[in-house]
Amino acid sequence: MTRMLGSDAVLRALEHEGVEVVFGIPGGAILPTYDALARGTTIRHVLARHEQGAGHMAEGYARASGKVGVAIATSGPGATNLVTPIADAWMDSTPLVCITGQVRSNLIGTDAFQETDATGITMPIVKHSWLVQDVEELPGVLKAAFHVARTGRQGPVLVDIAKDVQEGELDFAYPADVDLPGWKPPRKVHVRQVREAARAIAASQRPIVYAGGGVLNGNASAELLELVEAVRLPAVVTLMGKGCLPDSHPLNYGPPGMHGSKYANWALNKADLLIAVGSRFDDRVTGKVSAFAPGAKVIHFDVDAAEVGKIRHAEIPVVGPLKLALAQLAAEVRGLESPGHEPWLRQLESWREQYPYRYRREDGLLKPQTVVEALRDLTAGRDDVLWTTGVGQHQMWAMQYLVCDRPRSFITSGGLGTMGYGLPAAIGAKAARPDATVVCIDGDGCFQMTCQELATAALERLPIVVVIVNNGWLGMVRQWQELFYDERYAQTHLTHQVPDYAQLAEAFGCAGFTVESEDDLERTLAAAFDAGRTAVVDARVDPKENCYPMVPAGAAAVDVIEAPEEEVPA
Amino acid sequence: MSEHTISVRLENKPGALARVSQLFSRRGYNIQSLAVGPTERPDISRLTLRVDCSEHSLEQIEKQMHKLVNVLRVTELRPDEAFERELALITVAVTPDRRGDLLALAQVAGAAVADIGRDAIAFEIVGRPDEVDAFEELVRPYGVRELARTGRIGLRRPGAKSSNNNGSR
Repeated sequence: MTRMLGSDAVLRALEHEGVEVVFGIPGGAILPTYDALARGTTIRHVLARHEQGAGHMAEGYARASGKVGVAIATSGPGATNLVTPIADAWMDSTPLVCITGQVRSNLIGTDAFQETDATGITMPIVKHSWLVQDVEELPGVLKAAFHVARTGRQGPVLVDIAKDVQEGELDFAYPADVDLPGWKPPRKVHVRQVREAARAIAASQRPIVYAGGGVLNGNASAELLELVEAVRLPAVVTLMGKGCLPDSHPLNYGPPGMHGSKYANWALNKADLLIAVGSRFDDRVTGKVSAFAPGAKVIHFDVDAAEVGKIRHAEIPVVGPLKLALAQLAAEVRGLESPGHEPWLRQLESWREQYPYRYRREDGLLKPQTVVEALRDLTAGRDDVLWTTGVGQHQMWAMQYLVCDRPRSFITSGGLGTMGYGLPAAIGAKAARPDATVVCIDGDGCFQMTCQELATAALERLPIVVVIVNNGWLGMVRQWQELFYDERYAQTHLTHQVPDYAQLAEAFGCAGFTVESEDDLERTLAAAFDAGRTAVVDARVDPKENCYPMVPAGAAAVDVIEAPEEEVPA
Repeated sequence: MSEHTISVRLENKPGALARVSQLFSRRGYNIQSLAVGPTERPDISRLTLRVDCSEHSLEQIEKQMHKLVNVLRVTELRPDEAFERELALITVAVTPDRRGDLLALAQVAGAAVADIGRDAIAFEIVGRPDEVDAFEELVRPYGVRELARTGRIGLRRPGAKSSNNNGSR
């Protein structure tokens, strides 16, 4: 036991949890904790320029490292600015501990300056939250917060600490155990269910694995690969799962869904057995649910029982940690006689050859897909590259064209679809993996939502590369307006020129580049990679390029809109 | 759609009830009644919820509730395995000449007089929710001036056979 202030206890708790870096911004109600930072800690603090940025940085850190990300903010606006990253982490099951200052206990409930009900506002988007009004509770609450964030289905938690609690004194001892009688995530898997799954796989003629982000969160990539190779199971991998199975693996048929490939969607549509692994039948994957994998029996592996059967009935539910479940399943299927499914694999292969992603190059126009392909080619064969994205067309092209062969190498906002995620997530990822080459592929609309974090990147001396796929529009919205709103382009034109992104980058102390032609593309990207500091590439691309294939929202996944054979040049 | 009674053992902590009710509104489940109060242990509350939903929704409700950190146990109280009671207070308008009728009716229904005024009588009735419904219907023609019901509470019958599917998760 050591006598100390609550604020110091917060930091000692974080140190006990193995936290290396936190992301945040100080303010009135969290000042005592920042004072404790100044008094001394092993923890590095990255000063963001907006709390939303701090939250996404913590997310990027968590996704790149597999550890819990930590964001710190003050009360009121500090807390409300964290709401978007918390919601994002909730939707994508990213483990996050958010620590916010709260007004003094005696002022809570009085509409005091910078008071907001942080635990109330975030209630629907956290696994749990705590409002700490007694300094003695601090160690136990922080212990519980980290435990809840990282166990079971991972996700965000919030610890809201009254200012007087940070200033109070306690005898600090960090508890060895958590006292949470109501928190019982599954630790085991029903062997009987796994056996039944194995028998179904052995009996199947057209099986398909549908792997999602849960495989990454469950650190089950090696086990998934083992399973897939054990009986040559073909797999589709969602946006959130990208990298959980090597993209270059011949049994990986890539992303299904709204902007997935035609062959991945057909594979799901014609399958007789769907093996869902850490995926949740999101509407962007399924399209019309009744037409999704209509002929398939469903095996659903998930650590969260509430996901099993939520959207689609599972004939064989398997609830538990995926790492354990997949290892057991691989062992089980190996022991079973199976006729195999070679004709099905040949069918999938012929679809893959027949329906590749495609786009049309045009003279004088830089195509966004070309930019992504150039990035892919520039980094081919390297195992140190880590990608982040914003949300929209560029994200979908990144999903389609990048080759990610390692887990946690593709970091994106899937469920919430948070524009502005890419740059701060890249900063967080770089903090987690300082030796990695971190590249953010962003949209121009996305970039403008959090570009102030260039200051953070520059001052932290992080040589990350931001490539803005600048089409001058809110591109995905523009695409919907073109296809579904009779080409009435309401409020989607941002222009290529304002701001001048290269100049903006320079103003923030970063290296700025502009590229407008395919001829200059490779050279410019290479220069950005070699800049040795934060670099921003403004790649001015064809404003009218659409992202295909596309399954319209609510349509059956087989009713895909394909890229037109001949597009009218812009 | 069918009606179900769900019994929840909940940690008696600040915000715990809000988390449960928030989950219901957030996921679009409709609560017909909710009663909450202490149990045999001071640190644990019991919630009794009545919901009208499909079997699929019920399963989702139970699973989602079970993920709440403050929720200790979720059990469906099936009619054949549980007993339920509810308390209602009803003020009925009545003219002096019809008082006798009303009091006789109340006596038959098992309702007690809680208070009596010049032109109204207040009754209290404790019973199975359907008995409370029946009394409410009986006195309605007289003119119900005010009515308050606690919402049902229930427990598993001590004599109920432990079935292999009692809805607890």
